[in-house]
Amino acid sequence: MQLPFCLFLQSTKLISLGGWDIALIAIYFIAVLAIGFYLKGQTNTGEDFFLAGREMTAWIAGLSFLSANLGSLELMGWAAAAYQYGILGAHWYWIGAIPAMLFLGLVMMPFYYISKTHSVPGYLKLRFGESSRLLSAVSFAFMTVLMSGINMYSMALVMRVVLGWDIHFSIWVSSLTVAVYVALGGLRSAIFNEVLQFMLIWLGALLIPIMGLIEAGGWSGMQQKIATNMGSDSYTHLWNTLGSFSDNPMGIHWTGIVLGLGFVISFGYWTTDFLVVQRVLAAKDIRAAKMAPIIASAFKMFVPFIVILPGLLALAVLPMKLTGEEAAVASGGHSYNEVLPLMLARYCGPGLLGLGITALIAGFMSGMAGNVSAFATVWTYDIYRSVIKKDGTDAHYVSMGRWCTILGVLVSIGTAYMVMEFKSIMDYVQALFSFFIAPLFGTVLLGMLWKRATPEGGFWGLLAGTVSSIGMWAWVKADPSALSIVALSSRAKDMAENMYRGLWSWIVCVLVTVIVSYMTKAMPESALNGLVYGCTEIPSEGDAPLYARPIFWAIVVAAVFALLNIIFW
Amino acid sequence: MTHGKQEISVWFFIGVLLFIYGFLIIGATMTSGAESNVVFAEYHIGTWWGALLIVLGAFYSIAFRPKKS
Repeated sequence: MQLPFCLFLQSTKLISLGGWDIALIAIYFIAVLAIGFYLKGQTNTGEDFFLAGREMTAWIAGLSFLSANLGSLELMGWAAAAYQYGILGAHWYWIGAIPAMLFLGLVMMPFYYISKTHSVPGYLKLRFGESSRLLSAVSFAFMTVLMSGINMYSMALVMRVVLGWDIHFSIWVSSLTVAVYVALGGLRSAIFNEVLQFMLIWLGALLIPIMGLIEAGGWSGMQQKIATNMGSDSYTHLWNTLGSFSDNPMGIHWTGIVLGLGFVISFGYWTTDFLVVQRVLAAKDIRAAKMAPIIASAFKMFVPFIVILPGLLALAVLPMKLTGEEAAVASGGHSYNEVLPLMLARYCGPGLLGLGITALIAGFMSGMAGNVSAFATVWTYDIYRSVIKKDGTDAHYVSMGRWCTILGVLVSIGTAYMVMEFKSIMDYVQALFSFFIAPLFGTVLLGMLWKRATPEGGFWGLLAGTVSSIGMWAWVKADPSALSIVALSSRAKDMAENMYRGLWSWIVCVLVTVIVSYMTKAMPESALNGLVYGCTEIPSEGDAPLYARPIFWAIVVAAVFALLNIIFW
Repeated sequence: MTHGKQEISVWFFIGVLLFIYGFLIIGATMTSGAESNVVFAEYHIGTWWGALLIVLGAFYSIAFRPKKS
C-alpha cells in the first residue's frame, strides 16, 4: 500500500515500513491532535493552561512526570550506551534517579505545593527575591528551547537513518503537531498526551527484551554469550568494576557515580528542572503531589528493562559488531545508536514495527511537549509578567502562553537548523545546560531547608555556582590536562567530567550561599511561612491507612531499588 | 483517573487507541505474511500482541467510557 506520505521517504534506510505501519503512525498523530482539540474547550484560565487546573490525580501526574523525561533520544541513546558500556548505563535509572525522585516526593514537594508557586523560578522569587528568579528563569527558558531544538534535530537524523525520512519533513511535522496540541490545551493537553505516550512507549518497546531473553536463553544465557563475544564479564555487573577508573569502559570511579550522579546531578535534575517538576505541580492535592514522584520512581526502576536490556541483548545476539558513528559511515556498517531499531527489526514484523516506531515518535513528542509547556510557563509568568507587563489580565497571559508555545517551537526549529549547519553547537549547548542544574539544586535545597539563607546568599550562591561550572568547563577545554584536577583522573570520559564538575559547582554554590547569608541580615520567620522547613506547617496525613501514605510506598520503592543493586552488583 | 470537569478520561482515549491498534497489528500480521523475516516468526508474535492490545483497549474503553455528569 503506497501512500502520498511515502513521497517523503528516501532510499537509504534501516527499516522499511508498510502501509499498515504508516496507518498506525498516522492514527497516533490524529489521536494526539484530537486530545488537544478536545481539551481546548476546558482550558480557559491561566491555572488551566499553565497548571492543568491543578486537578491531576497522582497516577496521571506521576506518569506524565516520567514520560516528559522519557524522550526517544533517551531510549535510543541509553540502549546505545548499554551496548558500549554494559549495564553501567542502568545507574542513570537507578541511583541516578530513584533517591532523588523519592526525596522530591517526600521532602521538597510539600514546599513547592504549599507555596502555590507555578514554577521553580517562581519559588525562588518567593524565597530569595526577584533577582534569583530572573537569573534562573532566563537561563531555563533560553536553554530549554535550545535543547528542544537539538533533540528535534537529533530525532530527525535518527528518522533519516532508520526510516529514510526526509529530515525537514520529520522536523516540521512532529514539532508542529506538538505546537498545535500544547497551544490548544496547554499543560493539560501535554500531560494527557504524555500519559498516552507513556503507554505506547512501553507497549511498543516491551517485546524487544522479552523476545531477546528468549533468544539468548534467559539472563544467564545472555551473560555467557556476552562474556564469549566480548571476552569480559564486566558488561553485566553494576558496581564491581567501579573500584578504579581503568577497570570499566566508562572511565568512572564509584565516587563519581554516588556523589556526582547519585547526589548532585540526579537531585539537581529531578528536583529542580521545571520541565519535570511542572507535571507534579499540576497534582490535585498535596498527597497526590507527594505520591506522583513516588509512582514515577516505581516505573522508572523498570525502564532499564526496555532500554538497557535491549543494548545488552544486542551484544549477545546480533551477528554484526556495532561501532561509533564515524567508523560506521566509513565501513558502511551500523553505529551504536542504531541498536534499538536493529533489535526492533529483528523481532517485529509488519504492524509491530509501526507500533515500535510510533513509540519512538511518541517519546520524542512527549519530551518536546515537556520543553515547550515549561518554556511557555516560565516565559509568561517569570519573565513577561515579572519584567514586561505586570498588570495584564488572566486572559492576556493565557493568550501569551499560547503564542509563546508556538514561538518556542519555532525557535526550537530554528535551533535545529542552526545545529544542522554548525554541528559543534550541539556539544556547547548540552554542556551549557549542565551548568545550571547542580547550582540550582544547591540554592533550592538551602532555600527549603535552611531558615538562615538570605536573598543575597541565594542569588550570589546561584551565580557563583553557575560561573564556577562554566569556568571549569572552559579550563578543561583550554587545557585538557586540567581534567585530572576537575575529574580527579586524566582518563575520565565526558560523562565522568560532568559528574565531578556538577559536584564542585554545587559545593561552590552552597559555600557562597552560606557565607553571604551569614554576612547579610536574616529574613523574619513570618516571611518564610510556607517556604522553609521549620516555618511551614505540613498538613498531617491524619489517620490515613498505611497503604495510602506516601512514606509507605517510598519505603517499598527504596527496598526494591536496594534489591536491584544487590542482584546486579 | 478522571478528573474534575473532565467528561472523557485520558484512559478512555488510550483504550480506544489500543483497541484500534490491536486490530491493525493483527491485520498486518495476517495479510502481509512477512513475519517469516523476523526471528521467532513461528511464534506469531504479532497476532498475540495484537490480541493483548485489543483486550487492554476494550478494558480501558469500557471501564473509563464517558458518563453523563
